[in-house]
Amino acid sequence: MEVPEAGVVFWILSVVIIVSGMLVVSLKNIFHCALALVVCLFAVAGIYLLLEAEFLAAAQVLIYVGAVAILIIFAVMLTTDLASGKITQTNENATIAFVACVMFAAVAMFLIKKTRVWDISPFGLSFDNVSAIGKYLMTEFMLPFEVVSVLLLAALIGAVVLARKERS
Amino acid sequence: MFPYLALSAVLFSIGLFGVLTRRNVIGILMSLELMFNAANINFVAFNRFVATDGLVGQMFAIFIVVVAAAEAVVGLSIVLLIYRNWRGIGTDNIHVMKW
Amino acid sequence: MTEYSFLIALLPLLAFVMIVFFLRWKEQLSAAFSIMSILASWVMSVVVLIETIARHGVAYEAYYKFLDLAGFVPEIGILIDPLAAVMLVVVATIGAAVEIYSVGYMHGDPLFSRFFAYLSLFLFSMLGLVLANNFFMIFIFWELVGLTSYLLIGFWFEKKSAADACKKAFLTTRAGDLGFLVGLFMIAVYAGTFNYGGVFEQVAAGAIPAGILTAIAIFVFCGAVGKSAQFPLHVWLPDAMEGPTPVSALIHAATMVAAGVYLVARSMPLFVGSAEASMVVAVIGLITSFMAASIALVQNDIKRVLAYSTISQLGYMIMALGLYGYDYTQGHHSAGYLAGTMHLMTHAFFKGLLFLAAGSVIHAVHTNNIQEMGGLWSKMKLTAPAFIIASLSISGIFPLSGFWSKDEIIAATLNHPVFMVFTLAIAFMTAFYMFRLCFLTFFGKPRDQQCYDHAHESPRNMTYPLVFLAFMSIFAGWVGMPWLPDYLHLGSFMYHGQAYHAHPHYALMIISTIMAVSGIWLAYLFYYKKSISADRVAEKLKPLYTLLYNKYYIDEIYQAVIIDPVMAIARFMWKFDAGIIDGLVNGTAWLTVLWSDAKQWFDKWIVDGAVNATGWIVRQGANVLRFVQTGRVQGYAAFILMMVVLVVLCKLELSQQDPGWPRLAALFAAGIGVLMLLSRLSAARQRATGNIKQEE
Repeated sequence: MEVPEAGVVFWILSVVIIVSGMLVVSLKNIFHCALALVVCLFAVAGIYLLLEAEFLAAAQVLIYVGAVAILIIFAVMLTTDLASGKITQTNENATIAFVACVMFAAVAMFLIKKTRVWDISPFGLSFDNVSAIGKYLMTEFMLPFEVVSVLLLAALIGAVVLARKERS
Repeated sequence: MFPYLALSAVLFSIGLFGVLTRRNVIGILMSLELMFNAANINFVAFNRFVATDGLVGQMFAIFIVVVAAAEAVVGLSIVLLIYRNWRGIGTDNIHVMKW
Repeated sequence: MTEYSFLIALLPLLAFVMIVFFLRWKEQLSAAFSIMSILASWVMSVVVLIETIARHGVAYEAYYKFLDLAGFVPEIGILIDPLAAVMLVVVATIGAAVEIYSVGYMHGDPLFSRFFAYLSLFLFSMLGLVLANNFFMIFIFWELVGLTSYLLIGFWFEKKSAADACKKAFLTTRAGDLGFLVGLFMIAVYAGTFNYGGVFEQVAAGAIPAGILTAIAIFVFCGAVGKSAQFPLHVWLPDAMEGPTPVSALIHAATMVAAGVYLVARSMPLFVGSAEASMVVAVIGLITSFMAASIALVQNDIKRVLAYSTISQLGYMIMALGLYGYDYTQGHHSAGYLAGTMHLMTHAFFKGLLFLAAGSVIHAVHTNNIQEMGGLWSKMKLTAPAFIIASLSISGIFPLSGFWSKDEIIAATLNHPVFMVFTLAIAFMTAFYMFRLCFLTFFGKPRDQQCYDHAHESPRNMTYPLVFLAFMSIFAGWVGMPWLPDYLHLGSFMYHGQAYHAHPHYALMIISTIMAVSGIWLAYLFYYKKSISADRVAEKLKPLYTLLYNKYYIDEIYQAVIIDPVMAIARFMWKFDAGIIDGLVNGTAWLTVLWSDAKQWFDKWIVDGAVNATGWIVRQGANVLRFVQTGRVQGYAAFILMMVVLVVLCKLELSQQDPGWPRLAALFAAGIGVLMLLSRLSAARQRATGNIKQEE
């Protein structure tokens, strides 16, 4: 496997990701889980940087960390279950789910191994990221762009409607 | 590329585990975000190493991010509704559709 | 009038129809209608007789063929020849006398109109029989006469003895009719026609083989044996006395039983063609006559004595006719034909008178038993002399009718000494038993004082016919006196072949008179003067007396030999039918029930069982699997994940060059195992948390 040297950075980042991911799925305190999620998302942004997707990394931080994670924290605060700090956060399916996920991971690895798409480009991407993305948004991905706008609008309205104070 | 894909797979599995086991609905949503991110990593890795004369992978990843955001919004407002109705958001209690 | 002579028979039929449909409840009208019809018939028949005499006895025939098939040509028609003309007058006379008498005798009977209806129907049948011009028609009327005789004998059918008697009469004559029918078939086959003239032509031409002719003659005679109560079919006549006395007078003295003699006289051309048949006829006649006379000696019922007397006299007639036929085959023209037919005529009158007078006596003393009567001469001033006159006539005392006809009969036996001896003996016995009857009934001290006290003379409508018949009993036979010139003598009018010229046989006359007088004198000694005790003689000859009293046990023999076996066969057949045939039917029904039971069991246990089993299986499966549906989406998702992994593994396995089936099977089993495991775990968990909804 000829691979451009991922380097130490990659390994550090991947450890961070994995550990925080595990924290997300297993901590008792939701708030701590949310914070772990933030860490994870930051680390993922770092991975993007490694993969020469700068705009995406910025967008990740802005959107995911800055909005989604905050939103999640808001929701956590709004729905505090006083007792939830005391009970286990994993339900009765834990064993089976664990087994299943392990198997899934194994199968995935196996499949990755089997896939012979190793067309590794020794050089990097040939684009300047930001302008290229802007150009794509306006040409090839015009439709998805517009649709996504509508989608966001719908989500906005939907959220407002759903979370409105009850009448009567 | 293999490490990136491996990372993506592992992160996905972790997120999957969380979806299947978290008692808290918000916890499920957070694990779901992990899965989205794992997919994103996959897309971007392939874009970088396999299809280098285009940014389709990244575009995809951007759209995933946007849609995930919208979905998180709606999901959380649903969570609010659940909280209002059941006075709690433990998945243990939300099994109305059992036999 | 001869062209309309069929009306003679139809008028009584009209009376019958009128009474049956319209006059049931009008008794006087019914009687009037009936008597009017028979009187009209009588007038017509007298006119017809005069016309026939005027024609010098030439036969008149008119017929209508209503069917013409090969060999079977039935026709209806009338034949008026001297025999028929005389017979018509006889039947009409006796019929009229009996009908007038019945008005008095049946007075007060609830079924008065019906009696006259039956009488009219009988007269229609008898007159039609006489008028017939062919064997087929005579057979039809023959059967009709049998039917009406059944109806009349069983008139008081509520009495069991009467019902039995009419059945016996019908069946016994039926047995004879069977022979007659066979004779008819043979006539149709061999002669091709039923017409008298046609058949007799063929016989005279010799178209029928001799043996066949004998057979035909004997079969036809069978009918006469039944109807005229000859041995062995005589058993019905004594029992037929159960009917009202007018019936006995009409049917069993004068008319119906005469039908047999009439038939033999009609069929004489058949008998003269066969010596064997004629001898059979004569022998049977003799046996009958002797047997019946011997039985009449010891009977105590007045009507029984008269019945056996009738049988005996009929035997005389049959014997005479048979001897005539035999003599004819030998070339002699004997007195038999004249004797038989003349005796038929005179016998009708004096036997009819005897019965009617006996009815008058019974009407007076209300008993039939002569041992209970006696001394009625002083009480019944008209009946008694009439009865005596008739008895003298039947005994053959000069110059009454019976003397002349009996004389002719004895003359008929001239060529047969054995027959003559027996005939004279029978004449002696006849005189004896008739005057035994007279002395015991009318003379001497009354044996039953009560009967005597109640006795009275009968009303006028009963006694006037007696007077008339007594007159006829004296004078009717005078046409047979041998000294008469030919144009007055009966033999030149009624004959077969050629006219018969009678010669007086003085020796015979004297011998027959001696026989008759000695019979009367013996009866006088026994029963009037009582110088010989009847009882002592009876004691001395006990076996003979018992045999005679019990009518030679013939009825008992018939019962044992014929009737009981037939009944036994019938009973067996009934058992067979009820047991086996009905058993078969019931058996199939039982089988059907069994089969349907089996099918019901099958349907209940196997068919329904299969349906129920399917449901049971689903239930059991559901019982196991229902725990899988927990309502928790996460659980579902976990399961889906497992399955997806397994599917991917399967696909991996299948995409290889050589799929390893054991591994696939293992994967599949693993999938099922996961499902089961999941359901078990969730069941356990839910039971633990008390979350289980009980299964209904």
